[in-house]
Amino acid sequence: MSDSSPTPSTIASAAPSPASAPASSPASGPASSQASPAAPLVEVSDLVVDFGDLRAVDGLSFRLEKGAALGLVGESGSGKSTVASALLALHRGTGARVGGTVGVAGIDVQRASDDELRRLRGGKAAMVFQDPLSSLDPYYAVGDQIAEVYRVHTKASRRAARARAVRVLDRVGIPDAARRSRSRPHEFSGGMRQRALIAMALACEPELLIADEPTTALDVTVQAQILDLLHTLRQETGTGLLLVTHDVGVAAESVDEILVMRHGRAVEHGPVAAVLGAPREPYTRELLGAVPRLDTPRAVKRTRYEIGAGPDAGDGSGDGGIGPGGGARPVANGAGPDRGARPAGDDGPAGGTGSLAGTDRVGERGPAGETGQVGGVRSGDVVLEAVGLRREFGRGKQRFAAVDDVSLSVRRGETLGIVGESGSGKTTLGRMLVGLLEPTSGVVRHEGREQSGVRPSVQMVFQDPVSSLNPRRSVGESIADPLRARGMGVPPLGRSREWGRDEGHIRGRVRELLERVGLEGAHYDRYPHEFSGGQRQRVGIARALAAEPHAIVCDEPVSALDVTTQAQVVALLGELQRELGLALVFVAHDLAVVRQVSDRVAVMRRGRLVEYGPADEVYESPRDPYTRQLLAAVPALDPEIAARRRAERKKLSPA
Amino acid sequence: MSGFGGFVLRRALGTAVTLLAISVIIYVVFYATPGNVAQITCGPRCSPVQVRQVAEQLHLGDPLYVRYWHFLEGILAGQDYSTGTSVQHCPAPCLGLSYQTDQQVTRLILTKLPVSLSLVFGAMVVWLVLGVGTGVLSAWRRGRLSERVLTGVTLAGTATPVFVIGLILMIVVCGQLELLPFPQYVNFSDDPEQWAWNLLLPWLSLALVEAAAFARLTRSSMLETLAEDHIRTFRAYGVGERSIIGRHAVRGALASIIALNANTFGSAVGGAVLTETLFGLPGIGQELVHAVNVVDLPVVVGMVLVIGFFVVIANAVADVLYAVADRRVVLA
Repeated sequence: MSDSSPTPSTIASAAPSPASAPASSPASGPASSQASPAAPLVEVSDLVVDFGDLRAVDGLSFRLEKGAALGLVGESGSGKSTVASALLALHRGTGARVGGTVGVAGIDVQRASDDELRRLRGGKAAMVFQDPLSSLDPYYAVGDQIAEVYRVHTKASRRAARARAVRVLDRVGIPDAARRSRSRPHEFSGGMRQRALIAMALACEPELLIADEPTTALDVTVQAQILDLLHTLRQETGTGLLLVTHDVGVAAESVDEILVMRHGRAVEHGPVAAVLGAPREPYTRELLGAVPRLDTPRAVKRTRYEIGAGPDAGDGSGDGGIGPGGGARPVANGAGPDRGARPAGDDGPAGGTGSLAGTDRVGERGPAGETGQVGGVRSGDVVLEAVGLRREFGRGKQRFAAVDDVSLSVRRGETLGIVGESGSGKTTLGRMLVGLLEPTSGVVRHEGREQSGVRPSVQMVFQDPVSSLNPRRSVGESIADPLRARGMGVPPLGRSREWGRDEGHIRGRVRELLERVGLEGAHYDRYPHEFSGGQRQRVGIARALAAEPHAIVCDEPVSALDVTTQAQVVALLGELQRELGLALVFVAHDLAVVRQVSDRVAVMRRGRLVEYGPADEVYESPRDPYTRQLLAAVPALDPEIAARRRAERKKLSPA
Repeated sequence: MSGFGGFVLRRALGTAVTLLAISVIIYVVFYATPGNVAQITCGPRCSPVQVRQVAEQLHLGDPLYVRYWHFLEGILAGQDYSTGTSVQHCPAPCLGLSYQTDQQVTRLILTKLPVSLSLVFGAMVVWLVLGVGTGVLSAWRRGRLSERVLTGVTLAGTATPVFVIGLILMIVVCGQLELLPFPQYVNFSDDPEQWAWNLLLPWLSLALVEAAAFARLTRSSMLETLAEDHIRTFRAYGVGERSIIGRHAVRGALASIIALNANTFGSAVGGAVLTETLFGLPGIGQELVHAVNVVDLPVVVGMVLVIGFFVVIANAVADVLYAVADRRVVLA
């Protein structure tokens, strides 16, 4: 450890000093007011950012006092990241039109010269970006990159800058910082990369830290570490923080004030406790209502959702302001125009531990149209079972088991949640259950029969609805694939006249499926890019349903979606499950979502099941220390609980 | 670094295998063709006795793989040739004997190779400096007038055949301005200074044609790199444009420049016929064209093998440089 590192107190004393006052004082109103000693760290008024015809930010104003922390919260397309970029005038020269005034650390960002801007960027206000892998240059050592930035602002010697880099890396908790500073970014783990980016931000002791989704690409436990780090740094250095995030929980953990954004405007702005505890605006309430909570058991939670059906109504809110239909209307808790307005869990047969699901619903005619087949399986029967599954990857010394001795089962009408962090083997397990991947040892049984390879009776819904649909084929064609694969639409020999009729049959069936997942039958001929993320995921679900499966394995089905969209998709899955008596396997990293949907939960770590049991038991009285650690890492919406959790985490992690 | 050593070793092995495969293909293509191979090899003026001798030398009575084995053995261990009256020994990298000129192919190539390598190595320096320089400049000045002018010039460079550029250069520089004498090849070992002066125009004309491709590649891959997230990071940290271009964006373009350079270099060793002919340089390309015209089979085969050798080696060197430029390659 370096002995000469500046103590936190020196940084803290340096930060609030009025060093920024003489920087520049243009004559405009807000800018000149910044020259006074009580000037806020950030003052944004009437900020407007246009990208071509698209208005990303529409008349936003806010202030951030020195040393304070503000969270910009909103769903994708709300303009929150654009605001972050505008604080450093990163739009300069990109063709975006920026209006209004932005003052940061006494500089009128809009009018500042390029040199003034360069001094501001990284020197007085430093940005921490979302994806720490792509945000560092892959070709240079991490320490060199930090040193480069430091030299831009301090004119220090190469050697001094290098030493500074090692000090800040040490400061953010990189072990053996002197040695690791010579590593390139790909040799770091995700969490370490994010620490390195924070170290870069700290290098010049800025007055303001702008963090744009700093933990979105990270696992919960790592996210908790990074948030704790930001918290400690802020306490010790008195740096102001502007946190941009889609995750209300992350904001609740880290800031004093929250500004909820939507379509480029401020919806609600106030202290964390007030905004989250007693939201005044309907949109804020909707947003909070959609956030899955760790402490709400499934049965209760379920009734809160209704099916958000209408394609434009439901998912448009997610991407509102971006798509051609920009500025889609807000949707008050789903309730689509024509279908599925049935309360999702009113008499929820799948509630509780729910292994006796949906018997009363079997007779109801689903779009599958073959309820007889579904009904053929007795309720509560084990649909999908894995015994002693093991899967190895790699050769020679690099050989490792991604999944190791996993046994589990899912019953009809039941949802099994599989949670784990990245690299825990949950996706590998999911793929083996579907038959996309052959196990190295162990067996998968479908309805009691040993199976290898893909079978129509077990289908998969993939994480990324963008890349799992062929962009060059219409969604109808994609959904029709499983039907054709099963021989539907292929004319019997010598009877090609029936071809046309069978094609019509397929189209009809695809329409049914589209409508069943809350889209319109007329969407058959549309292409994936015409849909929002949530709608694409509905298409993915329709495709899985086409094969009339008894079980569906969902691999992170909602992790790429905004919370409100997420809630709608989750509700849709639940409804389909009850109607069709499906067995669902829900693979996800998000503990709260898993709790919301699952009857039973399996927690994975390094390829093994560390805990497996009824959801309520696992969440309320976890036995395994790893499960406890995971649960403690989930951000809480209540700042007080967040503080308590932070203390708990300190106890749980020896570091 | 052990990972790096292993990587180099694997690449070397792969290169050896590739070379072997190339030799098989070339042998089969040229020596297993229908027709009287011995007659073709020996040349039109050979007597039936000589043709029989050649057939014996080439082991034409044996199955194909045995013949190939003798061919390979000759390259690796050397071979003796009897021309009826005397016995000629052809030492280790023996690429055979030209029965038409009674010359050993290896010796012939060794007299031509330095000329070609002088031309290509020099031209490479020029096309790298010109091409990459222009590319960096136009990426930096993107969207401005100077970039459009540069793009136009490089486009004109690709569009103009080398004999036009070379001819114009010769007429202007040597004829009108009399700055240089008309080029004449001088051995490097004889007089390095004259060597360079005489090669200056050939270098320039060959490089001007190739530089355009480098300029365009450099520009496009730099623009690609400039759009990446890590460039945004450095912009957001106040790092100046000069440093972003010079340090970060060029580094991102390096890999593709190395790859293109390997290909261009490899094919220019045997393919710079026009330049060689225009400037009267007795290089490999010119000799190959001649050998093809008179159907001197052993010379053609030997030259094609040597040219293939350079292409493969250039690519192997590029792979290693690639890995030096980007360590992640070693892991893959």
